Amino acid sequence: MFNVVSAELRKLRRPTLFLGTMAAVVFFSGLFSALLFLLIDSPQGNSDRGQVVGREVLGLATGGVQGFSSTGGFLGIIALCVFAAQTAQEYTYGTLRNLLIRQPGRLRILIGKLIAMKIFAFVMIVVAAIIGIGTSVVLAPGANVNTDLWFTSDGIEAIFTSFVNVTISVVGFGIIGMVLGLLLRSPISAISFGVLWLLIIENLLIAVRGSLQNWLPGAQLNAIASGGTLDLAYKNALTVGGIYVGIGAIVAAILFVRRDVAN
Amino acid sequence: MTSTAISVRDLSKKYDNRLAVSHINFEVPLGTVCGFVGPNGSGKTTTMRMLLGLITPTTGEGHILGEPIEHPEKYLSRVGAMIEGPAFYPALSGHENLMVLAKLGGFPIERVQILLEKVGLGDRGKSKYKTYSLGMKQRLGIAAALLPEPKLLMLDEPTNGLDPEGILEIRALLRDLANEGTTVFVSSHLLSELEIISDHIVMLRKGEVVFAGPIGDLMAKQQPTIIAKSLDHLDLKKIVEIAQASGHHAVIRNDSVHILAAMDWAPELNKAAFNAGITLAQLAPQLPNLEETFFEMTGDK
Repeated sequence: MFNVVSAELRKLRRPTLFLGTMAAVVFFSGLFSALLFLLIDSPQGNSDRGQVVGREVLGLATGGVQGFSSTGGFLGIIALCVFAAQTAQEYTYGTLRNLLIRQPGRLRILIGKLIAMKIFAFVMIVVAAIIGIGTSVVLAPGANVNTDLWFTSDGIEAIFTSFVNVTISVVGFGIIGMVLGLLLRSPISAISFGVLWLLIIENLLIAVRGSLQNWLPGAQLNAIASGGTLDLAYKNALTVGGIYVGIGAIVAAILFVRRDVAN
Repeated sequence: MTSTAISVRDLSKKYDNRLAVSHINFEVPLGTVCGFVGPNGSGKTTTMRMLLGLITPTTGEGHILGEPIEHPEKYLSRVGAMIEGPAFYPALSGHENLMVLAKLGGFPIERVQILLEKVGLGDRGKSKYKTYSLGMKQRLGIAAALLPEPKLLMLDEPTNGLDPEGILEIRALLRDLANEGTTVFVSSHLLSELEIISDHIVMLRKGEVVFAGPIGDLMAKQQPTIIAKSLDHLDLKKIVEIAQASGHHAVIRNDSVHILAAMDWAPELNKAAFNAGITLAQLAPQLPNLEETFFEMTGDK
């Protein structure tokens, strides 16, 4: 297993992929957190979908991670794209046959790939957390937000909880990306389908029928990243999201193990 | 210990309603170079994929280095392979691509540079794969196949895209490997290439084996040909008639007549031609080469 993870990390650490992804993470996590404070008095709101997060909320123990938490969905999309591309490209490049000749244990390859990509995602989340929380600390005084509670024991616990939630969400998005990569066997198709579904189709469906929010996979994973929302309880999101990810992973694993490699 | 590197019995692969490989049987002895011959779509790559555990046979059984093909994990660490051309990550260098495979297979990473040197890519190992020429990609594929110091090397069209010098190098490399005890199972559409380096031949046509065995046995089965040329091209038809009158098959190809007959019939032909007023400019035997034998056996030409 270590060999598979090590081989996979070699591919993931190539500068264009690694530095490119991290640059995007730095930019967007900085932006998300910065907007919270820079637009705090804006009538259009300073958060997702025009919501207003006021000084009182940002001054709570959870205020320091507010920006980082709201980056969760975006990090999830990045993870979905990376996981889907890394999985599907083995089919488009024809490199899967090389991998299977050198490591015929197909499940081992799949799990090794998943572990390596989780490590990649973990680094991504750490970077996002540092930038998100750092930006908040720097911009809070200028926005007259009290940061006294941010680094108390409650604040540290909030950082930890938020980090765990974002990690669960991002890994969930990543596994969905991996499943799409395995099913569609083309990076472009897998990424297009995933992004289109999560960013457009789900939002349209929820706009038409609000109760669907309790059942659609992207909504569950976004809710997990935020630690639950007013409309969607954390436990419910964790259960439904877990079922989606679990079933998807099992189907993909069975297909990967049994399917002929004929390209 | 087994004496065969590859052994297949009744092996078939069916895709929907199409039988890509049909109940084939053959053996490849250890330490030989075995040419795997067949036109495009004859089932060569499908067979190789089954032998490497990439696709599941519909029927039959096979053994590689004595292990059943249902358990590729038992033999693939001793097998090197390049199937359907080289396939690597374009954004990684040749060196990095081999490192990925070396790590994956648990092979010593020192072998990477040694193999790059061996296939003539020592100075281009740090270049990205996407900048490689077809010949360089092919060489990298062969280097990857050699990573495990294989007991059995399976190569699918390894000389594709190589220049004549490259073809000579690969030919020498395969022969050297065989001399060191590696069994080489190599497919190529360049039959003349295989004729030079192979000890054994497995011939496929439309998913069926038409010959499997030592190349000498294959050639011995073939009738020799007499090539006859006349000073006057108009006489070629008359030569064909003389041959046919004696019960020999004869055809005109370019500026000569090819007659399926043993050389001891040549004096008789010479005499008959003289009596018919034909002056022969050339009368020579020609043993069939692998290409002609292949077309003869498969009836594809």
